[in-house]
Amino acid sequence: MPPGISTSDFYYILPELVLTGGALLVLIADVLLPRGSKALAWVTLLAIGATIASLVPFGSTHVEVAHGLLAVDQFALFFKIVFLGAAALTVLMSVRYLEIEGASPGEYYFLILCATLGMMIMAGGIDLLTIFIGLETMAVSFYILAGFIKPNQRSNEAAVKYFLLGAFSLGILLYGMSIMYGLSGTTNLRTMATAFVGQERDPRLVLAVILVVAGLGFKIAAVPFHMWAPDVYEGAPTPVTAFLSVGSKAASFAMLLRIFLEGLPSMSADWRLMFEVLAIVTMTIGNLAALTQTNIKRMLAYSSIAHAGYILIGVVAGTPRGVAAMLIYLLIYAFMQLGAFTIIIIMRRQDVVGDELKDFSGLHIRHPFAAFAMLLFMLSLGGIPPTAGFMGKFWLFGAAIDAGYVRLAVIGVLNSAISLYYYIRLVVFMYLKPQGAGSPVTTSPSLGIALAVAVIGTIFLGVYPRLLFDLAEMSARTLGVAAVTAAIR
Amino acid sequence: MMPTLNDYLVLSAILFAIGTAGVFVRRNLITILLSIEIMLNAVNLTFVAFGRALGAVDGQILVFFVMTVAAAEAAVGLAIVIDLFRHRESLNPDSFASLKW
Repeated sequence: MPPGISTSDFYYILPELVLTGGALLVLIADVLLPRGSKALAWVTLLAIGATIASLVPFGSTHVEVAHGLLAVDQFALFFKIVFLGAAALTVLMSVRYLEIEGASPGEYYFLILCATLGMMIMAGGIDLLTIFIGLETMAVSFYILAGFIKPNQRSNEAAVKYFLLGAFSLGILLYGMSIMYGLSGTTNLRTMATAFVGQERDPRLVLAVILVVAGLGFKIAAVPFHMWAPDVYEGAPTPVTAFLSVGSKAASFAMLLRIFLEGLPSMSADWRLMFEVLAIVTMTIGNLAALTQTNIKRMLAYSSIAHAGYILIGVVAGTPRGVAAMLIYLLIYAFMQLGAFTIIIIMRRQDVVGDELKDFSGLHIRHPFAAFAMLLFMLSLGGIPPTAGFMGKFWLFGAAIDAGYVRLAVIGVLNSAISLYYYIRLVVFMYLKPQGAGSPVTTSPSLGIALAVAVIGTIFLGVYPRLLFDLAEMSARTLGVAAVTAAIR
Repeated sequence: MMPTLNDYLVLSAILFAIGTAGVFVRRNLITILLSIEIMLNAVNLTFVAFGRALGAVDGQILVFFVMTVAAAEAAVGLAIVIDLFRHRESLNPDSFASLKW
């Protein structure tokens, strides 16, 4: 055992170890299973299931592992469940899509699991080192996944754009982190927080905060750092887009909360102002740009930019209630966004790409349930009761008003009203236009399961949200609370 | 005369600015990639300089990880660029217009 690392540390990173093992198992299974076997998807789901099962013993754990490299707390736990759930749905969505595109599934599922592993480390990381490693594990996996359909030029382009802007934003983020390290003399976020007290007016620290905000702005696709998102979302394989827009975004928000609420609480006046401006600009520009889109993936990209703006409201509020509202919103967003992408994948057939608005014409005749599910997801994304999206927005804006940001809540509500235009337009196409061209719309068993989970989640969290709220609030309260070090045990 | 911490920081700030400018100004994917590497090296220099000034090794350790990750990123990035080049026969980002920038 090297000094400083104890056996109990390995116990606390059990879920990460299980997921790593699962990812390697997928690679081996890819070689052993016959070509074109669908069993690989089930191996992947098994790995995800085992990881979720291994999270059970940590339901109320609250420790720091390996001298404050990772925190195992309920905040991380909540995010890990969101990531693993999103990964499972993504795998279910991918089976038929990969077959149609003719892509090899082995590396694909491996990379999905690697990206999930990176996200889990990001959510638990309370040290610049672990956060950075987690971020890159996720990002490099996504660079490859975005360009996974090699014969497809759009997929290639998406990968190049995502890679260039991702690497660029990493440079900015790291430069900010290096200044933070220099001024505090530590890489641990919690130690950093105490070191920064009284340094609030140091211009170098303000510069570091600006750089970190900019670097993270790229990752969550906040305006003006959003240019890559529409292109990458449109060009990347649809299941990858779905996972990118849900998992990567949630992980980046987890990282953002860790850095700012745990590491820079003394600078809150500065970053609150920055995030307030970012939130307003992001919501407004995201929604306005979405109005004119005719490609559904691109429209959902702008809609996801707008949602990043809504979620930022929770950061601005900065209270446990605000953070809890963010966690809830990210989970609800996962259900509705993944659901909407499942429908787009159902629309992908041998002869139809199915991501243009006109492809959805008359969907309620061709496949009534798919049309109904899409209607539900659109209403939820727009924030109409009794769907989950309404409850999510309700709590987010409520938290903002609680913290005294009434203006922000009003702008958020106005933006939701704008967003209804483009969500409803899709519904108009599905229900009021004559049928589109192409072969019949069918679902496969795995797509059916993914769709059912997303529909149930969107309805259930809309009508019975109390349970979730208590869970999220409990998770939010562990954020920033000093924990015992695992090695002391 | 020994260079001070400030000298290193100024140098790394200049390097970072050169890298950032390169990303915006250059119109060749490989050169843009190199500019990003310059940015990351500016970061490394900052970490090492601070680490030395603080008398701690955290900075140097982080640099090892940054270098490793930069190598992994460059490998993946170059593979993606080669894949794109096979389709386009061009490395000018302005010519990739099947998706709007």
